[in-house]
Amino acid sequence: MQTNLSGDSDSNVVVRARDVRKFFAEREVVCGLNFDVPQGICFGILGPNGAGKTTLMRMLVGLSPVSSGEYSLFGQDVADAALHHRIGVVPQQDNLDPDFSVFKNLMVYANYFSIDKDTAQKRAYELLEFASLSARANDGVMSLSGGMRRRLMIARSLVNDPDLVVLDEPTTGLDPQARHLIWQRLRSLKTRGKTLILTTHYMEEAAELCDDIMVLDHGKILDRGTPRELINRHVEPEVVAIRGLNTEADTKLLCADLEVRFEQVGDTWFCYMQDARSLVARCAEDASLTFIHRPASLEDVFLKLTGRDLREEA
Amino acid sequence: MDILTLNPRHIWAVWYRNYLVWRKLIVASMLGNFGDPFLYLLGLGYGLGMYIGEMGGIPYMAYLASGILCSSAMNTATFEGLYSAFTRMNHQGTWEGMLATPVRVQEVVAGEIVWAASKSLISGTAILLVAGILGGVQDWSTAWMAVPVIMLIGLAFAGPALVICAIAPSYDFFMYYFTLVVTPMFLFCGVFYPVDALPEFVQWFAQVLPLTHAVQLIRPLLTELPLVNPLLHISVLLAYALVGYAIAANLARKKLIR
Ligand SMILES: Nc1ncnc2c1ncn2[C@@H]1O[C@H](COP(=O)(O)OP(=O)(O)O)[C@@H](O)[C@H]1O
Ligand SMILES: [Mg+2]
Repeated sequence: MQTNLSGDSDSNVVVRARDVRKFFAEREVVCGLNFDVPQGICFGILGPNGAGKTTLMRMLVGLSPVSSGEYSLFGQDVADAALHHRIGVVPQQDNLDPDFSVFKNLMVYANYFSIDKDTAQKRAYELLEFASLSARANDGVMSLSGGMRRRLMIARSLVNDPDLVVLDEPTTGLDPQARHLIWQRLRSLKTRGKTLILTTHYMEEAAELCDDIMVLDHGKILDRGTPRELINRHVEPEVVAIRGLNTEADTKLLCADLEVRFEQVGDTWFCYMQDARSLVARCAEDASLTFIHRPASLEDVFLKLTGRDLREEA
Repeated sequence: MDILTLNPRHIWAVWYRNYLVWRKLIVASMLGNFGDPFLYLLGLGYGLGMYIGEMGGIPYMAYLASGILCSSAMNTATFEGLYSAFTRMNHQGTWEGMLATPVRVQEVVAGEIVWAASKSLISGTAILLVAGILGGVQDWSTAWMAVPVIMLIGLAFAGPALVICAIAPSYDFFMYYFTLVVTPMFLFCGVFYPVDALPEFVQWFAQVLPLTHAVQLIRPLLTELPLVNPLLHISVLLAYALVGYAIAANLARKKLIR
């Protein structure tokens, strides 16, 4: 049953993409991507709105046909329906069943996987425990908060005990507490040996969770690496974010004689440098400026790679 | 084409999901199933029957009961396949959720069709009982055979309903289907009076519509009228069910798997 698409069978590779493309009508939204995802990691696909993250995910789970290229999961073509037994999917949009309770949602979903009732029941209770929803088991899903609904979506994606869990923007729109709880749960999934693939446009989320990040924009890979690697590769270690500067000339004047790289985003100037002490001292002398001095983060990598133009829905 | 790749276990899972929702609302649902036909048969069967007396050689109550049974099976499957399935397909993301599991799109469509037909079966059987109480059934020795036929009728209307569901841009679109297809069938396919009372070209037209064949199968089973050409009627109904399924499955795939 296990037929390998390509000769080199690397059992360690969960996802394999070779020149994967997707066209909507004439428009190419995924432009010939090549990447592998090794087993057991949390792989992050990072990109602004419209980058093609959801399309890439939907193709991976067979919800969208691949226009061309080779895209495989566990050595099988992504179009193979049998793969669904091994994957869990948390889509960008909640699609819990509003007609059922929290518990029934899990039971009904398990039935789609042909899981027998006793096993499903046992798993449903475990998953409710895992998602901290045991107390809400008999409540209708419409009464849940956004964070609870997301946790239930994640629990639901685990009813078939998948090897790979695919999550599309798992914490978008949630408050920080809800987000941290979900992060904690996702980390615990990883320690249980599951491979996670998630998309996000929250840098903090990527930095917290991902072992390996692929930065995507306009359907192309801009770079790939661990959060640390990306930061070291693309940005200077320190950042001073300054507000209150009116023009580029003002900024240049402030930074005279210093080795600085600027990025302007809205009314804020980001100044990247090896050692920011002297700039911080200058800022402190000028009462008209507000500034923050911090180490460089993925956010800075993201701004540099994807540019500062505002995107759809931005 | 994958429309022949059907796992019965998956179809059942889709069906069962809808059944569980229906079960929650069983009282309201059953009230409609028994109440509406009861009123129809009482109002039209007795009221109109008083003036009409006989139709096609049998008491009007018996004539009407078999027609109402068929039209009700049509309406039930149509409503379920249009409005309810549309909600699950487009608004609740129920289908999309299923497609992230081993259940395939053609199995979702098949499950929905069988479910819509099951609702016809429930309402049709309810009418059969009501008709029996009101004297609309002349011959119980064949009337019980109507039960599997009602399921077939449900399938024949659920298939086309799912096609319309898959092409509809919004709920409003269904009005066209009701005005142009369902209502004409209700009036011209022999529910209230024999088709041969109509102008000849309308009769021809009525012969290609599924409700005509449904009525011509059911009426002889419930009454003393002779059953003519049963295989033709069964074939037409089966064809509507199967062609409807095939088209709906393809359309739904195009719409959901983009
Ligand atoms: N079904 C579709 N038909 C046409 N264009 C689409 C469709 N789905 C997505 N797109 C387009 O493809 C691009 C990538 O979208 P998407 O994958 O949703 O991006 P992301 O998830 O990164 O925000 C966007 O420009 C979007 O408008
Ligand atoms: Mg997206």
